[in-house]
Amino acid sequence: MANITFLTSDNEKIVLEGNSGNVMQLAVNNGVKGIDGDCGGVCSCATCHVFVAKKDIEKVGKASSIEVDMLELADDANEFSRLCCQIEISDALDGVELTVAK
Amino acid sequence: MSHDKTCVVIGASHAGVNLAFALRKEGWQGKIILFDKDTNLPYHRPPLSKKYLELEDSIQNNLLKPEESYTKDNINLKLGVSIISINNEEQSVSLDDDSVQHYDKLVFATGASAFIPPIKGIKEAKNVFSLRNADDVEGIRKAFNTSTTKKVVVIGGGYIGLETAASLKKLGADVTILEREERILARVTTAYLSDFFSELHKTNGVSIFTNKNVTEITDNNTVLCDDGSSYDANIIIVGVGIRVNTELAAQIELKIENGIYVNTKTETSQKDIYAVGDCTYHYNSLYDRFVRLESIQNAVDQAKITAKNICGIETEYNAIPWFWSDQYDIKLQIVGLADGFDDLVVRKEAEKKFSIWYFKGKQLLAVDSINNAKSYVLGTKYIKTNAEIDKIELANPKSDLKSIVAINQN
Repeated sequence: MANITFLTSDNEKIVLEGNSGNVMQLAVNNGVKGIDGDCGGVCSCATCHVFVAKKDIEKVGKASSIEVDMLELADDANEFSRLCCQIEISDALDGVELTVAK
Repeated sequence: MSHDKTCVVIGASHAGVNLAFALRKEGWQGKIILFDKDTNLPYHRPPLSKKYLELEDSIQNNLLKPEESYTKDNINLKLGVSIISINNEEQSVSLDDDSVQHYDKLVFATGASAFIPPIKGIKEAKNVFSLRNADDVEGIRKAFNTSTTKKVVVIGGGYIGLETAASLKKLGADVTILEREERILARVTTAYLSDFFSELHKTNGVSIFTNKNVTEITDNNTVLCDDGSSYDANIIIVGVGIRVNTELAAQIELKIENGIYVNTKTETSQKDIYAVGDCTYHYNSLYDRFVRLESIQNAVDQAKITAKNICGIETEYNAIPWFWSDQYDIKLQIVGLADGFDDLVVRKEAEKKFSIWYFKGKQLLAVDSINNAKSYVLGTKYIKTNAEIDKIELANPKSDLKSIVAINQN
């Protein structure tokens, strides 16, 4: 089990408890604004872009090469960017903070 | 103001659902009623032939939105009902549960249905499935799990047929694909990509036979072709394309041309009636022609535009089409429309990593990327900015894709 915090562009702070699946599904299932997941979670659309808090970068891990390439579709991507459909939920993610891209 | 108005959406498809939520986002204060004959909460369709089938996934894990979201945004989701007629003078729809619903704005998000070709015996044969909705997959799974020989014949080598073949192969099926044309994917891509996918499936143990015109399915589920060949099957998958659901549109005499005709504001030929998604025949300004697309991109982007226009914010549809397909260890990503190309450049970085760039003269029309998201992303940017590309540099796999632009016209 992991508690994951989402910060939306409305400055809303949402803490969600996840057990399995990926972070995009968790966000969509709880209506987190700004996470669309149009492709259903196969790294094809880049509509689940989040910025990982600096303190959590190691916990969350780095983007794969396809993810890095897809992130180039987002103008505001940086070294903290991830497509959250590619982040699998595990206990290790407990306490992680993600800012939803605009 | 819209607070006492009603928007009725026919079809809780990807387009219909996105439209409903986009309406709220744009400030629609009236009622939103979404009708669909499917009894499942609206779900993602693209995974059905891919991971959903292969991993025996559940619809609950593939919902477009959780049930609470509809309540929260006050979207009235009416499932398991069909609209049987529309009265466009009185602005109302009649349902198969005998109720009548008034509308002020009506949206067609009716999508398409799998086409079942007129093959002798196809209606009587057991275990014949198309793959368009969750119930289809449910049927395939049941038949598959009770089948002893797990012999599958796929009629049609298009994307749905190939994806289904790959998923069932991974589950241990003995799969044969029968394609009517001389190559698979003949209607949708070039020979280069057809050959690649043909090899990919053969390497994975799927048999592909081309120039196979299926004429009959016998009582004992043997598939017969007009050249005298025959193939035994426990399960038959039919993937020979779709037919747009235009019956209701035709009933009220909306203009129909290869789909429901819409203008750049997604308005149909009649006032206060819109259409979105796979069912639309719409103008694409980038390619300066009308197209009908079967894609998530078009569903999502048209939904946004339609919501704005319904709310009185005049907006024109202007988007670059994109698509994807996942088969085995291959991710195909397509951006743009290649139709009408007169030149192509293949950039091969590795056996299973390459891209095909389609040009008309100097204009880049489309890019097919195989396990190569970088070329997909940069292709998208180059099409958007109408960049002129140095084709010789492009063909060199060692060149930097970012430095292949000869002149950026934008």
